[in-house]
Amino acid sequence: MTRVHDMGGRFGDGPVRPKSDDEPVFAEDWHGRALAVTLAAGFLGKWNIDVSRHARERLSPKDYARFSYYEKWISSLADLLVESGVLTKEDFTGAASDDPHPLSARALKAESVAAALAKGGPADRPSDVPARFKIGQSVRTVHPAANRLVDGGHTRLPIYASGATGKVMRLHGTHVLPDANAHGFGEAPEPLYAVVFPASELWADPENPKDEVVLDLWQSYLEPA
Amino acid sequence: MPHDDPDHPHALLPPDPALRVKALETILTRKGLIDPAALDEIIDTYQNKIGPQNGARVVARAWIDPDFRKALLADATPVVADLGFYGRQGEHIVAVENTPDLHNMVVCTLCSCYPWPLLGIPPGWYKSDAYRARAAREPRKVLAEFGVTLPSETAVRVWDSTAEIRYLVLPMRPAGTEGLGEDDLAALVTRDCMIGTGLPKEPS
Repeated sequence: MTRVHDMGGRFGDGPVRPKSDDEPVFAEDWHGRALAVTLAAGFLGKWNIDVSRHARERLSPKDYARFSYYEKWISSLADLLVESGVLTKEDFTGAASDDPHPLSARALKAESVAAALAKGGPADRPSDVPARFKIGQSVRTVHPAANRLVDGGHTRLPIYASGATGKVMRLHGTHVLPDANAHGFGEAPEPLYAVVFPASELWADPENPKDEVVLDLWQSYLEPA
Repeated sequence: MPHDDPDHPHALLPPDPALRVKALETILTRKGLIDPAALDEIIDTYQNKIGPQNGARVVARAWIDPDFRKALLADATPVVADLGFYGRQGEHIVAVENTPDLHNMVVCTLCSCYPWPLLGIPPGWYKSDAYRARAAREPRKVLAEFGVTLPSETAVRVWDSTAEIRYLVLPMRPAGTEGLGEDDLAALVTRDCMIGTGLPKEPS
Protein backbone atom coordinates (compact mmCIF):
# COMPACT_ATOMS: atom_id res chain seq x y z
CA MET A 1 0.00 0.00 0.00
CA THR A 2 2.90 2.30 0.57
CA ARG A 3 5.85 3.87 -1.18
CA VAL A 4 9.29 4.63 0.06
CA HIS A 5 8.82 8.41 0.23
CA ASP A 6 6.16 8.02 2.94
CA MET A 7 8.69 7.93 5.79
CA GLY A 8 7.05 9.94 8.60
CA GLY A 9 7.59 8.10 11.90
CA ARG A 10 10.16 5.67 10.49
CA PHE A 11 12.92 4.43 12.81
CA GLY A 12 16.61 4.05 12.06
CA ASP A 13 17.58 7.17 10.13
CA GLY A 14 20.05 8.49 12.71
CA PRO A 15 20.58 12.06 13.85
CA VAL A 16 19.56 15.23 12.01
CA ARG A 17 22.65 17.23 11.15
CA PRO A 18 21.85 20.96 11.39
CA LYS A 19 23.83 23.47 9.37
CA SER A 20 24.35 27.15 10.03
CA ASP A 21 22.44 29.80 8.11
CA ASP A 22 25.68 30.71 6.31
CA GLU A 23 25.95 27.43 4.38
CA PRO A 24 25.69 27.93 0.61
CA VAL A 25 22.16 27.53 -0.79
CA PHE A 26 23.46 24.89 -3.20
CA ALA A 27 26.16 22.65 -1.71
CA GLU A 28 27.34 21.71 -5.23
CA ASP A 29 27.03 23.68 -8.44
CA TRP A 30 25.06 20.88 -10.06
CA HIS A 31 22.40 21.11 -7.33
CA GLY A 32 21.41 24.58 -8.51
CA ARG A 33 21.56 23.38 -12.10
CA ALA A 34 19.30 20.42 -11.29
CA LEU A 35 16.76 22.69 -9.62
CA ALA A 36 16.84 25.17 -12.51
CA VAL A 37 16.53 22.52 -15.26
CA THR A 38 13.60 20.96 -13.38
CA LEU A 39 11.78 24.28 -12.94
CA ALA A 40 12.46 25.37 -16.53
CA ALA A 41 11.22 22.04 -17.94
CA GLY A 42 8.08 22.38 -15.82
CA PHE A 43 7.26 25.64 -17.62
CA LEU A 44 6.84 23.63 -20.85
CA GLY A 45 3.42 22.91 -19.34
CA LYS A 46 3.35 19.16 -19.91
CA TRP A 47 2.72 18.22 -16.28
CA ASN A 48 1.56 19.69 -12.99
CA ILE A 49 3.11 19.66 -9.52
CA ASP A 50 1.22 16.53 -8.47
CA VAL A 51 2.44 14.61 -11.51
CA SER A 52 6.01 15.69 -10.78
CA ARG A 53 5.78 14.71 -7.09
CA HIS A 54 4.41 11.32 -8.09
CA ALA A 55 7.27 10.88 -10.59
CA ARG A 56 9.74 11.21 -7.68
CA GLU A 57 7.72 8.80 -5.58
CA ARG A 58 7.74 6.27 -8.42
CA LEU A 59 11.51 6.00 -8.44
CA SER A 60 12.25 2.42 -7.42
CA PRO A 61 12.71 2.11 -3.64
CA LYS A 62 16.34 1.21 -4.25
CA ASP A 63 16.95 4.37 -6.30
CA TYR A 64 14.94 6.57 -3.92
CA ALA A 65 17.05 5.43 -0.98
CA ARG A 66 20.45 5.73 -2.67
CA PHE A 67 19.86 8.93 -4.66
CA SER A 68 20.64 12.27 -3.06
CA TYR A 69 17.90 14.90 -3.09
CA TYR A 70 18.64 16.55 -6.42
CA GLU A 71 19.50 13.19 -7.98
CA LYS A 72 15.88 12.25 -7.32
CA TRP A 73 14.75 15.44 -9.01
CA ILE A 74 16.88 15.05 -12.10
CA SER A 75 16.20 11.32 -12.51
CA SER A 76 12.45 11.66 -12.16
CA LEU A 77 12.57 14.62 -14.55
CA ALA A 78 14.25 12.40 -17.14
CA ASP A 79 11.52 9.81 -16.63
CA LEU A 80 8.77 12.45 -16.93
CA LEU A 81 10.21 13.93 -20.12
CA VAL A 82 10.00 10.52 -21.79
CA GLU A 83 6.63 9.54 -20.30
CA SER A 84 5.05 12.83 -21.38
CA GLY A 85 6.44 12.45 -24.89
CA VAL A 86 8.65 15.55 -24.77
CA LEU A 87 11.76 13.43 -25.34
CA THR A 88 12.37 9.86 -26.47
CA LYS A 89 14.73 7.26 -25.09
CA GLU A 90 16.72 7.73 -28.30
CA ASP A 91 17.34 11.34 -27.24
CA PHE A 92 19.10 9.98 -24.16
CA THR A 93 21.28 7.60 -26.14
CA GLY A 94 22.27 10.21 -28.71
CA ALA A 95 20.45 8.50 -31.57
CA ALA A 96 17.82 11.22 -32.15
CA SER A 97 18.12 14.32 -34.32
CA ASP A 98 18.69 17.85 -33.01
CA ASP A 99 15.83 19.35 -35.01
CA PRO A 100 13.97 22.15 -33.23
CA HIS A 101 11.30 20.76 -30.94
CA PRO A 102 7.59 21.57 -31.49
CA LEU A 103 7.43 22.83 -27.88
CA SER A 104 10.46 25.12 -28.21
CA ALA A 105 8.24 28.23 -28.44
CA ARG A 106 7.24 27.56 -24.82
CA ALA A 107 10.81 27.56 -23.50
CA LEU A 108 11.25 29.87 -20.52
CA LYS A 109 13.37 32.89 -21.43
CA ALA A 110 15.78 34.57 -19.01
CA GLU A 111 13.81 37.81 -19.09
CA SER A 112 10.61 35.97 -18.08
CA VAL A 113 12.07 34.11 -15.09
CA ALA A 114 11.38 36.73 -12.41
CA ALA A 115 7.75 37.13 -13.46
CA ALA A 116 7.19 33.39 -13.86
CA LEU A 117 8.52 32.62 -10.37
CA ALA A 118 6.66 35.54 -8.81
CA LYS A 119 3.38 34.43 -10.40
CA GLY A 120 3.40 31.09 -8.58
CA GLY A 121 0.68 28.49 -9.03
CA PRO A 122 -2.10 28.77 -6.47
CA ALA A 123 -3.89 25.50 -5.68
CA ASP A 124 -7.22 26.89 -4.47
CA ARG A 125 -10.12 26.60 -6.90
CA PRO A 126 -13.84 27.25 -6.77
CA SER A 127 -15.68 24.03 -5.96
CA ASP A 128 -19.27 22.96 -5.60
CA VAL A 129 -18.31 20.33 -3.03
CA PRO A 130 -19.79 21.63 0.25
CA ALA A 131 -17.71 21.52 3.43
CA ARG A 132 -18.84 18.46 5.38
CA PHE A 133 -16.96 19.21 8.60
CA LYS A 134 -16.94 22.13 11.03
CA ILE A 135 -14.07 23.61 13.02
CA GLY A 136 -13.72 21.60 16.24
CA GLN A 137 -15.45 18.53 14.86
CA SER A 138 -13.89 15.10 15.46
CA VAL A 139 -12.86 13.33 12.27
CA ARG A 140 -11.09 10.08 11.45
CA THR A 141 -8.76 9.60 8.50
CA VAL A 142 -9.50 6.81 6.09
CA HIS A 143 -7.69 3.54 6.49
CA PRO A 144 -5.70 2.30 4.71
CA ALA A 145 -4.01 5.42 3.34
CA ALA A 146 -4.21 5.00 -0.41
CA ASN A 147 -5.23 6.65 -3.64
CA ARG A 148 -8.80 5.44 -4.22
CA LEU A 149 -8.69 6.17 -7.98
CA VAL A 150 -5.45 4.43 -9.04
CA ASP A 151 -3.86 1.49 -7.26
CA GLY A 152 -0.51 2.68 -5.93
CA GLY A 153 -1.34 6.21 -7.07
CA HIS A 154 -0.35 9.53 -5.56
CA THR A 155 -1.94 10.54 -2.29
CA ARG A 156 -1.04 13.03 0.46
CA LEU A 157 -2.35 11.10 3.45
CA PRO A 158 0.78 9.73 5.13
CA ILE A 159 0.51 6.16 6.32
CA TYR A 160 1.37 7.17 9.91
CA ALA A 161 -1.84 9.22 10.09
CA SER A 162 -4.27 6.74 8.55
CA GLY A 163 -7.16 5.56 10.71
CA ALA A 164 -6.38 8.25 13.30
CA THR A 165 -8.89 10.49 15.08
CA GLY A 166 -8.30 14.22 15.33
CA LYS A 167 -10.13 17.53 15.35
CA VAL A 168 -10.65 20.01 12.53
CA MET A 169 -8.65 23.16 13.26
CA ARG A 170 -9.00 25.20 10.08
CA LEU A 171 -10.76 25.13 6.76
CA HIS A 172 -8.28 26.25 4.10
CA GLY A 173 -10.90 26.63 1.38
CA THR A 174 -11.25 24.30 -1.60
CA HIS A 175 -8.05 22.99 -3.19
CA VAL A 176 -6.98 20.82 -6.11
CA LEU A 177 -7.09 17.14 -5.09
CA PRO A 178 -3.63 15.60 -5.75
CA ASP A 179 -5.04 12.07 -5.98
CA ALA A 180 -6.95 13.10 -9.12
CA ASN A 181 -4.61 15.74 -10.52
CA ALA A 182 -1.56 13.44 -10.53
CA HIS A 183 -3.32 10.97 -12.81
CA GLY A 184 -5.07 13.00 -15.46
CA PHE A 185 -8.47 12.99 -13.75
CA GLY A 186 -8.66 16.77 -13.53
CA GLU A 187 -8.29 19.03 -10.53
CA ALA A 188 -11.40 17.82 -8.65
CA PRO A 189 -11.16 20.59 -6.02
CA GLU A 190 -12.68 19.89 -2.62
CA PRO A 191 -12.47 21.29 0.93
CA LEU A 192 -9.04 21.12 2.55
CA TYR A 193 -8.69 21.15 6.34
CA ALA A 194 -5.94 21.41 8.93
CA VAL A 195 -6.61 18.54 11.32
CA VAL A 196 -4.85 18.28 14.69
CA PHE A 197 -4.03 14.90 16.21
CA PRO A 198 -2.73 14.20 19.73
CA ALA A 199 0.70 12.59 19.43
CA SER A 200 -0.69 9.65 21.43
CA GLU A 201 -3.12 8.96 18.56
CA LEU A 202 -0.22 8.48 16.12
CA TRP A 203 2.70 7.04 18.08
CA ALA A 204 3.01 4.13 20.52
CA ASP A 205 5.42 6.07 22.74
CA PRO A 206 4.84 9.82 22.37
CA GLU A 207 7.44 12.12 23.91
CA ASN A 208 4.99 14.29 25.84
CA PRO A 209 1.21 13.95 26.42
CA LYS A 210 0.71 17.58 25.34
CA ASP A 211 2.32 17.19 21.91
CA GLU A 212 0.31 17.32 18.70
CA VAL A 213 0.73 16.87 14.95
CA VAL A 214 -1.28 18.85 12.39
CA LEU A 215 -1.80 17.64 8.84
CA ASP A 216 -3.52 19.29 5.90
CA LEU A 217 -6.11 16.80 4.70
CA TRP A 218 -8.67 16.82 1.91
CA GLN A 219 -12.29 16.13 2.72
CA SER A 220 -12.25 12.74 0.96
CA TYR A 221 -9.47 11.60 3.33
CA LEU A 222 -11.82 12.11 6.28
CA GLU A 223 -14.95 10.64 7.83
CA PRO A 224 -16.91 11.72 10.91
CA ALA A 225 -15.53 10.18 14.10
CA MET B 1 0.54 9.03 -17.55
CA PRO B 2 2.26 5.63 -17.27
CA HIS B 3 2.57 4.56 -13.71
CA ASP B 4 5.17 1.99 -12.77
CA ASP B 5 7.59 1.41 -15.61
CA PRO B 6 10.28 -0.97 -14.35
CA ASP B 7 12.48 0.28 -17.18
CA HIS B 8 13.13 3.82 -15.93
CA PRO B 9 14.42 6.03 -18.76
CA HIS B 10 16.75 7.90 -16.37
CA ALA B 11 18.98 4.81 -16.34
CA LEU B 12 20.02 5.70 -19.91
CA LEU B 13 21.72 8.89 -18.69
CA PRO B 14 25.19 8.95 -17.06
CA PRO B 15 25.10 7.64 -13.47
CA ASP B 16 27.21 10.43 -12.00
CA PRO B 17 24.64 13.04 -10.86
CA ALA B 18 26.57 16.10 -12.05
CA LEU B 19 27.01 14.49 -15.48
CA ARG B 20 23.38 13.39 -15.47
CA VAL B 21 22.24 17.00 -15.00
CA LYS B 22 24.69 18.18 -17.65
CA ALA B 23 23.48 15.56 -20.13
CA LEU B 24 19.85 16.51 -19.62
CA GLU B 25 20.58 20.23 -19.86
CA THR B 26 22.51 19.67 -23.09
CA ILE B 27 19.76 17.61 -24.72
CA LEU B 28 17.04 20.09 -23.74
CA THR B 29 19.11 23.09 -24.83
CA ARG B 30 19.91 21.58 -28.25
CA LYS B 31 16.18 21.10 -28.84
CA GLY B 32 15.40 24.66 -27.80
CA LEU B 33 13.34 23.51 -24.79
CA ILE B 34 15.38 25.33 -22.18
CA ASP B 35 17.51 28.44 -22.30
CA PRO B 36 20.76 28.21 -20.27
CA ALA B 37 20.49 31.95 -19.52
CA ALA B 38 17.10 31.28 -17.89
CA LEU B 39 18.72 28.59 -15.75
CA ASP B 40 21.37 31.09 -14.61
CA GLU B 41 18.59 33.51 -13.71
CA ILE B 42 16.69 30.89 -11.66
CA ILE B 43 19.87 29.97 -9.76
CA ASP B 44 20.71 33.63 -9.13
CA THR B 45 17.18 34.25 -7.83
CA TYR B 46 17.37 31.55 -5.18
CA GLN B 47 21.05 32.06 -4.39
CA ASN B 48 20.97 35.84 -4.01
CA LYS B 49 17.48 37.35 -4.03
CA ILE B 50 15.02 35.09 -2.21
CA GLY B 51 16.00 33.70 1.18
CA PRO B 52 15.37 33.74 4.94
CA GLN B 53 16.00 37.49 5.07
CA ASN B 54 12.47 37.82 3.67
CA GLY B 55 10.86 35.83 6.46
CA ALA B 56 13.02 37.65 9.04
CA ARG B 57 11.56 40.94 7.82
CA VAL B 58 8.02 39.58 8.37
CA VAL B 59 8.84 38.34 11.87
CA ALA B 60 10.53 41.59 12.93
CA ARG B 61 7.57 43.61 11.66
CA ALA B 62 5.15 41.36 13.59
CA TRP B 63 7.19 41.91 16.76
CA ILE B 64 6.90 45.69 16.60
CA ASP B 65 3.53 46.25 14.94
CA PRO B 66 0.52 44.68 16.74
CA ASP B 67 -1.87 45.37 13.86
CA PHE B 68 0.51 43.72 11.39
CA ARG B 69 0.89 40.72 13.72
CA LYS B 70 -2.87 40.39 14.05
CA ALA B 71 -3.39 40.53 10.28
CA LEU B 72 -0.51 38.09 9.70
CA LEU B 73 -1.99 35.50 12.05
CA ALA B 74 -5.48 35.97 10.61
CA ASP B 75 -4.55 35.62 6.91
CA ALA B 76 -0.83 35.73 6.12
CA THR B 77 -0.86 35.39 2.33
CA PRO B 78 -2.01 38.94 1.43
CA VAL B 79 0.00 40.43 4.32
CA VAL B 80 3.34 39.00 3.17
CA ALA B 81 2.44 39.62 -0.48
CA ASP B 82 2.15 43.32 0.41
CA LEU B 83 5.82 43.16 1.40
CA GLY B 84 6.60 41.61 -2.00
CA PHE B 85 6.82 38.02 -0.76
CA TYR B 86 4.65 35.89 -2.99
CA GLY B 87 5.27 33.33 -5.70
CA ARG B 88 6.23 29.76 -6.37
CA GLN B 89 5.85 27.53 -3.28
CA GLY B 90 4.37 30.40 -1.29
CA GLU B 91 0.90 30.83 -2.73
CA HIS B 92 -0.89 29.93 0.51
CA ILE B 93 0.93 31.03 3.66
CA VAL B 94 -0.19 30.39 7.24
CA ALA B 95 1.75 31.95 10.13
CA VAL B 96 1.72 30.06 13.44
CA GLU B 97 2.75 31.77 16.67
CA ASN B 98 4.95 30.38 19.42
CA THR B 99 3.91 31.13 23.00
CA PRO B 100 5.20 29.97 26.39
CA ASP B 101 2.57 27.19 26.17
CA LEU B 102 3.04 26.13 22.55
CA HIS B 103 6.03 25.63 20.25
CA ASN B 104 5.40 25.13 16.53
CA MET B 105 7.70 23.17 14.21
CA VAL B 106 7.32 22.48 10.48
CA VAL B 107 8.18 19.40 8.42
CA CYS B 108 7.18 17.80 5.14
CA THR B 109 7.31 14.05 5.73
CA LEU B 110 6.27 13.18 2.15
CA CYS B 111 8.70 15.41 0.21
CA SER B 112 10.23 18.80 1.05
CA CYS B 113 7.46 21.44 1.00
CA TYR B 114 8.78 24.77 2.30
CA PRO B 115 7.76 28.47 2.01
CA TRP B 116 10.19 29.50 -0.75
CA PRO B 117 9.29 33.22 -1.04
CA LEU B 118 9.87 33.66 2.71
CA LEU B 119 12.73 31.26 3.44
CA GLY B 120 14.25 30.39 0.05
CA ILE B 121 15.36 26.88 -0.87
CA PRO B 122 15.22 24.47 2.09
CA PRO B 123 18.51 23.47 3.72
CA GLY B 124 19.82 19.93 3.25
CA TRP B 125 18.82 18.75 6.71
CA TYR B 126 15.17 19.77 6.13
CA LYS B 127 15.11 17.45 3.10
CA SER B 128 16.99 14.64 4.84
CA ASP B 129 15.43 11.27 5.59
CA ALA B 130 16.30 11.72 9.28
CA TYR B 131 14.32 14.98 9.64
CA ARG B 132 11.40 13.79 7.52
CA ALA B 133 11.18 10.49 9.40
CA ARG B 134 11.63 11.81 12.94
CA ALA B 135 10.25 15.36 13.23
CA ALA B 136 6.62 14.31 13.68
CA ARG B 137 7.30 11.36 16.01
CA GLU B 138 10.06 12.70 18.25
CA PRO B 139 10.26 16.47 17.79
CA ARG B 140 11.88 17.02 21.20
CA LYS B 141 14.79 14.70 20.40
CA VAL B 142 15.19 16.43 17.04
CA LEU B 143 15.09 19.85 18.74
CA ALA B 144 17.81 18.69 21.13
CA GLU B 145 20.01 17.99 18.10
CA PHE B 146 19.53 21.68 17.22
CA GLY B 147 20.48 22.64 20.77
CA VAL B 148 16.90 23.51 21.77
CA THR B 149 15.35 22.13 24.96
CA LEU B 150 11.79 23.10 25.78
CA PRO B 151 10.13 22.85 29.18
CA SER B 152 7.80 19.87 29.48
CA GLU B 153 4.92 22.31 30.12
CA THR B 154 5.33 23.66 26.60
CA ALA B 155 3.39 21.61 24.05
CA VAL B 156 5.07 20.90 20.72
CA ARG B 157 2.83 21.14 17.68
CA VAL B 158 4.37 19.74 14.50
CA TRP B 159 2.89 20.85 11.18
CA ASP B 160 3.29 18.23 8.44
CA SER B 161 2.98 20.18 5.16
CA THR B 162 0.89 17.67 3.25
CA ALA B 163 -0.90 20.17 0.97
CA GLU B 164 0.04 23.47 -0.74
CA ILE B 165 -0.25 25.45 2.51
CA ARG B 166 3.18 26.70 3.59
CA TYR B 167 3.79 27.40 7.27
CA LEU B 168 5.89 30.16 8.81
CA VAL B 169 6.67 29.96 12.52
CA LEU B 170 6.42 33.29 14.33
CA PRO B 171 8.90 32.88 17.19
CA MET B 172 8.66 34.67 20.53
CA ARG B 173 10.47 37.99 20.68
CA PRO B 174 13.63 37.60 22.78
CA ALA B 175 13.85 39.41 26.11
CA GLY B 176 15.97 42.54 26.20
CA THR B 177 15.01 43.74 22.70
CA GLU B 178 12.55 46.44 23.77
CA GLY B 179 14.59 49.30 22.30
CA LEU B 180 15.48 47.64 18.99
CA GLY B 181 14.13 48.73 15.61
CA GLU B 182 12.97 46.51 12.78
CA ASP B 183 16.39 46.03 11.14
CA ASP B 184 18.10 45.10 14.40
CA LEU B 185 15.28 42.71 15.27
CA ALA B 186 15.39 41.09 11.82
CA ALA B 187 19.09 40.36 12.39
CA LEU B 188 18.11 38.16 15.36
CA VAL B 189 15.69 36.04 13.32
CA THR B 190 17.36 32.87 12.05
CA ARG B 191 16.08 30.58 9.34
CA ASP B 192 15.74 27.73 11.84
CA CYS B 193 13.58 29.74 14.25
CA MET B 194 11.08 30.30 11.41
CA ILE B 195 10.96 26.51 10.79
CA GLY B 196 10.64 25.92 14.52
CA THR B 197 13.92 24.03 14.96
CA GLY B 198 15.65 27.02 16.53
CA LEU B 199 15.09 30.08 18.68
CA PRO B 200 15.92 33.67 17.72
CA LYS B 201 19.38 34.96 18.64
CA GLU B 202 19.74 36.90 21.88
CA PRO B 203 20.63 40.59 21.49
CA SER B 204 24.34 41.20 22.01
